[in-house]
Amino acid sequence: MTEKRNPEVEPAVSPPAVFLERHSYRRRRLADAARLLPIIGAGLFAIPLLWPAGPGEAEPVPMSSAIIYIFFWWAALIVASAGFGIAAKRLPPREVNDPESEKWPR
Amino acid sequence: MATLNVLILVCLGYVVLLFGVAFAADRLAATGRSTWLRTPFVYTLSLSIYCTAWTFYGAVGYAARSGLEFVTIYLGPTLIMISWWWGLRKLVRVGRSQRVTSIADLISSRYGKSNILAICVTILAVLGVTPYIALQLQSITLSFSIFAEADPSGIYHEGTSVFWVAAGLAVFAILFGTRNLDANERHHGVVTAIAIEAVVKLIALLAVGIFVVWGIAGGVGPIMERIDASEIGRWNVHRGRWAAITFLSAAAFVCLPRMFQVMVVENDDERHLRTAAWAFPLYLLLMSLFVVPIAVVGLDLMPEGSNPDLFVLTIPLALGNDWLAMLSFIGGFSSATSMVIVAAMALSTMVSNHIVMPIWLSAQGRRASMSGDVRDIVLLSRRISIAVIMALGIVYFRLSGGGAALAAIGLIAFAGIAQILPALVGGLFWRGATRTGALIGLTVGFGLWIYTLLLPGMGGALMPASVLENGPLGLGWLRPQALFGIEGIDPMVHSVMWSLSLNAAAFCIASLVSFPSPLERLQGAQFVNVFDHSAGPRGWTGSVAQSEDLMIMTQRILGAAEAHVFFQAEAERQGGRGYLPEPTPAFLESLERELSGSVGAATAHAMIGQIVGGSSVSVEDLLAVADESAQLLEYSGQLETKSAELARTARKLREANEKLTQISMQKDAFLSQVSHELRTPMTSIRAFSEIMRDTEGLTAQERTRYAAIIHDEALRLTRLLDDLLDLSVLENGQVNLNMGDGNLQDVLDRAVSTAMAGSDRPLRVRRNRASERIPLHTDLDRLGQVFINLIANAQKYCDAPDPVLTISVHDVGGQAVVDFIDNGSGVPPEAQSMVFEKFARVGSDKAGGAGLGLAICREIMQRLNGEVSYLAGQGGGAFRISLPLAYKQAAQ
Repeated sequence: MTEKRNPEVEPAVSPPAVFLERHSYRRRRLADAARLLPIIGAGLFAIPLLWPAGPGEAEPVPMSSAIIYIFFWWAALIVASAGFGIAAKRLPPREVNDPESEKWPR
Repeated sequence: MATLNVLILVCLGYVVLLFGVAFAADRLAATGRSTWLRTPFVYTLSLSIYCTAWTFYGAVGYAARSGLEFVTIYLGPTLIMISWWWGLRKLVRVGRSQRVTSIADLISSRYGKSNILAICVTILAVLGVTPYIALQLQSITLSFSIFAEADPSGIYHEGTSVFWVAAGLAVFAILFGTRNLDANERHHGVVTAIAIEAVVKLIALLAVGIFVVWGIAGGVGPIMERIDASEIGRWNVHRGRWAAITFLSAAAFVCLPRMFQVMVVENDDERHLRTAAWAFPLYLLLMSLFVVPIAVVGLDLMPEGSNPDLFVLTIPLALGNDWLAMLSFIGGFSSATSMVIVAAMALSTMVSNHIVMPIWLSAQGRRASMSGDVRDIVLLSRRISIAVIMALGIVYFRLSGGGAALAAIGLIAFAGIAQILPALVGGLFWRGATRTGALIGLTVGFGLWIYTLLLPGMGGALMPASVLENGPLGLGWLRPQALFGIEGIDPMVHSVMWSLSLNAAAFCIASLVSFPSPLERLQGAQFVNVFDHSAGPRGWTGSVAQSEDLMIMTQRILGAAEAHVFFQAEAERQGGRGYLPEPTPAFLESLERELSGSVGAATAHAMIGQIVGGSSVSVEDLLAVADESAQLLEYSGQLETKSAELARTARKLREANEKLTQISMQKDAFLSQVSHELRTPMTSIRAFSEIMRDTEGLTAQERTRYAAIIHDEALRLTRLLDDLLDLSVLENGQVNLNMGDGNLQDVLDRAVSTAMAGSDRPLRVRRNRASERIPLHTDLDRLGQVFINLIANAQKYCDAPDPVLTISVHDVGGQAVVDFIDNGSGVPPEAQSMVFEKFARVGSDKAGGAGLGLAICREIMQRLNGEVSYLAGQGGGAFRISLPLAYKQAAQ
């Protein structure tokens, strides 16, 4: 075992910090946003359920509008997802004594 | 005009290209130069086997029938991909850390390596995927037939073409999918080939789309107007189906065996997911971008009653754009082939690993584990499985007649495969999920799927119309498409809703009431806490959940009781919250130390690293290590006993060696002392004899004096030599003891009178004659010699003005004890330990003897099974003789 340390030399285990450093905090909130993305997406794709359809309801939405709506938000989700991916790659890897238990891929 | 022959040639050329690419990629991977093969984009493109011929051709048909509903098939996977933070990342990490080979393997591995579950999932997958393979074969033959119709000279036979397509795909899958039995189950050749096919089908569909929008309709604006004006120009989507199919496609995207194969098994680097998270949705968006325009234009242009599923092909053909049609055909061909190849590979892995191999192993009995040919058997069984799956596809294709709408089969298959979802998600996120729960949930969901969707969908042959209308045995609430009497729901939505919700409910309830096996719990911990286990920053970090795993592991190594004691102590040291200590770095370090005492530091570190973080080895390995450690412990226990024995022997040897050295030193000292003792009288004898010889005129008085001195010295020498001889005889054990019966009183009487005879120093001897009447069985002369020696010593050395020697006799512990105590100053303490040594004399000034007397006494007493010792603290010189009593000796 190579990393066996002398217990006397080893420093006492310090309690984790309460607050994060600025860049860790940013990264954490970025992860939150990335997690939020599919929920937003699901919500956006659920909106067509509210559109009038079928007999007896209001004038149905024209197909072209429907296409524009769906493809626009679809593309927006892709752009947002790509943005998060790139941002996550740019931020430095998380530090060792991470106070929160969230794990980021390295 | 492209003839059928040209088409076949192009097809063959394309297939040859794929073979070449797959071959080259395998070669590159084998030589280790495959880095560019493993870019995130290749991974993303390989995911595109989600888009089969069903989506290539069928999406347009779907759009022509149901408008925008087709897009749900793509929206589900999009949502899954962008939510990779939630689920996919974990799935991929678990798959990689557990070396999972298929979705069945994952499920079985999570629930305690249960093979029953694996078989269930495998059967479900085969049932769900075989129609899907048939669907691909159908789409290829359909597209062939389109060209055949356009080419009157061609001779085309549908049956043979299906056979040859299936055979070619099987050969490809066998060649590149079962070439080796890789530990990671990665197939670089196949993945590269399907990545190329992904590009081809995307380009083909985009080309047709661009041709339709800008070539036919004349731009984005006009096509939008045309769409609004068409028969699908209004939003008319069934709400239930919209939600249900989005959900279903999301579920199937994760659960489909072929998707699992490319997404998890073939995944090379977890970080590729980050790119795929946006690139794959983009791919899907591009694939579906032109679907509605193509459908609308097709509905406009093509004659009434033409198959909308084939608009992608027929529109370019109808407009005489043969090369675009050819490209489109290749695109569809690509979609079908890539899906069939990967699906066949994934299914064959499952079938061979979970069905064929267990049967083969049990048939082989114990021999299987001994023979080394298992790998060959696995490969062979996979090849045969691929062939069988293809054959099943052909059979299904023949049976179904190839007439049903493509999308319908696809959705039915999706709904079947999605039944795995509760067990999968539960297994990944809920530690309480159990094997029983998974098994019951799967069975319920699978059964409901067959009853409510598969059988009604297959028509009257398998499910009579009466059952469909009135329920089995007339039980109305069991009607397949209106369970519990709830009518009016779309059959698809109805089936998905009931099967999945009851599946999930059964799974949860059965999990809650059942109790998992230890392996299940260990695996559950490994799966649910995979991020804590398989990776993380350096230094031990963890959560409470891990303590349980550590406990389980520690028990396997240390034994249950010791592990409990250790953990309890650690928990108390940390402040006594519960039974399990927090896995703090300090605790982990001490645990590691504790374990390393049993299994060695390296192993202990690896094992803790296993649970807490570090390299990703499966639990099976961990358990194997633990079992090995148990064996090692036993073995080392035996070794320990032996080494203790050895240590004892060595100690004895060391003692013997020390004794020998001492004896040798004693011998040397003895020799020098003897020489010294002999030299003194010899010197005076020589001196006086020389005087008598050389000196003239010695008076008679002088001569007599000198002769007397010589005589005395000669006597002293003789005495010394006698003593030495006596001692050597005694020490060598060669002495002949003249054993006889007598009385202690008599022996003492004789000794006292002998010692006192001719003595010039007065010594009073005080005795208690009454106590001396003790019968003895011993060498009476030798015993007397000892007594004489001791009395003579008292005579010689007692320095009191009125010397008195007290001889007292006791019976102590079955031994007769005779004490000789005088009233002199005794032996000085520093000399007490020396008095029994040879040539030891106290105060050389009183030299009367050679200093051998007491040494001889000790030897004699040892021969007589007795002992002579110096008694300190008696107010004078005191010696104690202890010797066995007569009756004791007689008893022996």
